[in-house]
Amino acid sequence: MNVAVAKTGSRRAVSDLFASAEGRLPGSPDVIAARREAFESYERLGLPHRRIEEWKYTDLRALVGEVLPLAAAPDAAASKRAAEAVKAHAIAGACKLVLVDGVFAADLSDVKALVAEASFKTLRETLEKDAGLLKTASTDAVIALNAALATDGVVLSIADGAQLSAPIQIIHVATAASTSAYTRSQVVVGKGARVTIVETFVATEAEAYQVNDAVIVSVGDNADVAHVRLMDDAPDAVNITSQFVTIGANVKFNFFNMTTGAAVSRLQGFITLAGEGSELSVNGVNLLKKTEHGDTTLVVDHAVPNCVSREIFRAVIDDRAHSVFQGRIIVRPDAQKTDGKMMTRALLLSDEAEADNKPELEIFADDVSCGHGATAGALDDSLLFYLKARGLPEKQAQALLIQAFVGEAIEQIADDSLREHVIGIAERWLEQRS
Amino acid sequence: MALLEVKDLKVRVEEREILHGLTLTVNEGEVHAIMGPNGSGKSTLSHVIAGKPGYEVTDGQILFKGEDLLEMEPDERAAKGVFLAFQYPVEIPGVATMNFLRTALNAQRKARGESEYSTPDFLKKVREVSKSLNIPQDMLKRGVNVGFSGGEKKRNEVLQMALFEPSLCILDEMDSGLDIDALRIAADGVNALRSPKRAMVVITHYQRLLNYIVPDVVHVMSRGRVVKSGGKELALELEASGYAQFEAA
Ligand SMILES: Nc1ncnc2c1ncn2[C@@H]1O[C@H](COP(=O)(O)OP(=O)(O)O)[C@@H](O)[C@H]1O
Ligand SMILES: [Mg+2]
Repeated sequence: MNVAVAKTGSRRAVSDLFASAEGRLPGSPDVIAARREAFESYERLGLPHRRIEEWKYTDLRALVGEVLPLAAAPDAAASKRAAEAVKAHAIAGACKLVLVDGVFAADLSDVKALVAEASFKTLRETLEKDAGLLKTASTDAVIALNAALATDGVVLSIADGAQLSAPIQIIHVATAASTSAYTRSQVVVGKGARVTIVETFVATEAEAYQVNDAVIVSVGDNADVAHVRLMDDAPDAVNITSQFVTIGANVKFNFFNMTTGAAVSRLQGFITLAGEGSELSVNGVNLLKKTEHGDTTLVVDHAVPNCVSREIFRAVIDDRAHSVFQGRIIVRPDAQKTDGKMMTRALLLSDEAEADNKPELEIFADDVSCGHGATAGALDDSLLFYLKARGLPEKQAQALLIQAFVGEAIEQIADDSLREHVIGIAERWLEQRS
Repeated sequence: MALLEVKDLKVRVEEREILHGLTLTVNEGEVHAIMGPNGSGKSTLSHVIAGKPGYEVTDGQILFKGEDLLEMEPDERAAKGVFLAFQYPVEIPGVATMNFLRTALNAQRKARGESEYSTPDFLKKVREVSKSLNIPQDMLKRGVNVGFSGGEKKRNEVLQMALFEPSLCILDEMDSGLDIDALRIAADGVNALRSPKRAMVVITHYQRLLNYIVPDVVHVMSRGRVVKSGGKELALELEASGYAQFEAA
């Protein structure tokens, strides 16, 4: 269509947002130019809506509507609350890197405790020299907006052969209501390195804020990476996260996502298996209640032969919540002997709960083993009755069955203490139900 | 003292009446057998006593220790001491047997206002009982009944009975699908639980089980009613003559 459309109110607001934010955004002249280009691309597209195929089930124009102004730097009281939130959500023994309202907080972070093989910079520092990190192959509007407005992030590089025993935990804390935070981080894992990365999203007294995060990961040959993302943003927040992962040869990459927060969320992952002999495991649990909308969209791209990918997703959907799972497996013409499987199950706890599931296999090689499966249904009445007949009250019986249901995904986390941590989050979510 | 009183019970399933006015009284310390052909309503009776949804009680009442059982949720009935050993125990993948046993036992104790079992006491008790029932410890780590043989499932029911110490045990076709050895182990487990304070209702199609669990009273059920009651010799009579004499309308 070639019709000039007048800018809507929210589009005008976002133009103003960029104009006013521009002065506060870090970057060299190159970076400023890259941002402007990204912003123009966003302006042409606007927020994604249901007529954009990839966003069919998550119409951000309807669900979010407007883009909020950038958060100001937190004041002393907010910083204090952020410190408490960090303490409450820290993984035991982890080395913490904290972003408060989208800006790196050195005083809450353990930069000094990082081992020498893990080099760290902020995005802000990186952008003083180089615009490279703002560039991704995607043409997605939310990713363009992220490039235009990314204020800060964590830029990590793990040396070849480094064996990090302590997890690195990136904690995003929101303290300001009705604002937005744009973050972009990069993790480069060297050849043969072993590392566990945890990302945590939490809020402290903040409401109705928006998070737009981008994470760029590249994994060298023979590396072993565990990546756990725990999104527990405020109940009325928005979290849109885009991940780009490129995996080398003979890598073990194990990703797990848990969604327990935000009114509207989308995790979109673009994972490319670019080296032979790698094993990719991508798993997740969405626990949704009230009117929450949680979307997990994944593209696993087998670009080379002889890789294995496994995806196990579980959604528990209560009240009028809405879960979306879109999983695409691409097998390129060269990627013979690919073994790619995807299994997603939705548990509907109420008549008004909704689950959309869209698996897609795009297979261009002939000697492959690929498949997907999906189920959606309620708790099994005969199992519930058995448990009740043994003395468990209804909610407790449900909780036990829900734990078992999500357990199939959670048990993919190899590390015992991390797995227990995730089980704890699920248990607290279940306790809040009853 | 009367523990269970079923009075003129009428039950419908999906608009069809299955129990047509069933009356049964079980006193403390007694073991009753309910025998009857397939489809006579034995499982229906046991389900209604345990509180399974899907049954409509249109008339009559069930009293347990003088209280109206039909007013209670299934978990309340369990906490009061009603236990049904299922004809077909379900498999519950992802719920470890040990975790299930502890959660259930503590839920019942909590409902009765009793303190929770300490972990060592609980483990000791489970170990004792499972040993006597020939249940290997690694079975308790698996999901409830997942991959259990028929005999193992039935023994797992008896294990729960021993742990929860109910005052009324209803055993629905405990012998179905069991060979003689498995049957003997399960029956020994049940006999060990016989006590002056506890009553049992043993539901079976065949007389065989009653050689191992010897009843005080035998009832014959046919077409949704108790049609005859007597001593344990009634079971032998039935074995010889069959149910046909009771099937005539
Ligand atoms: N859920 C149900 N829906 C419809 N009919 C049922 C259901 N459960 C039992 N019945 C019917 O009720 C009758 C009694 O069944 P049941 O109680 O299982 O008998 P028994 O245990 O003595 O073999 C049978 O005719 C059976 O078909
Ligand atoms: Mg039956």
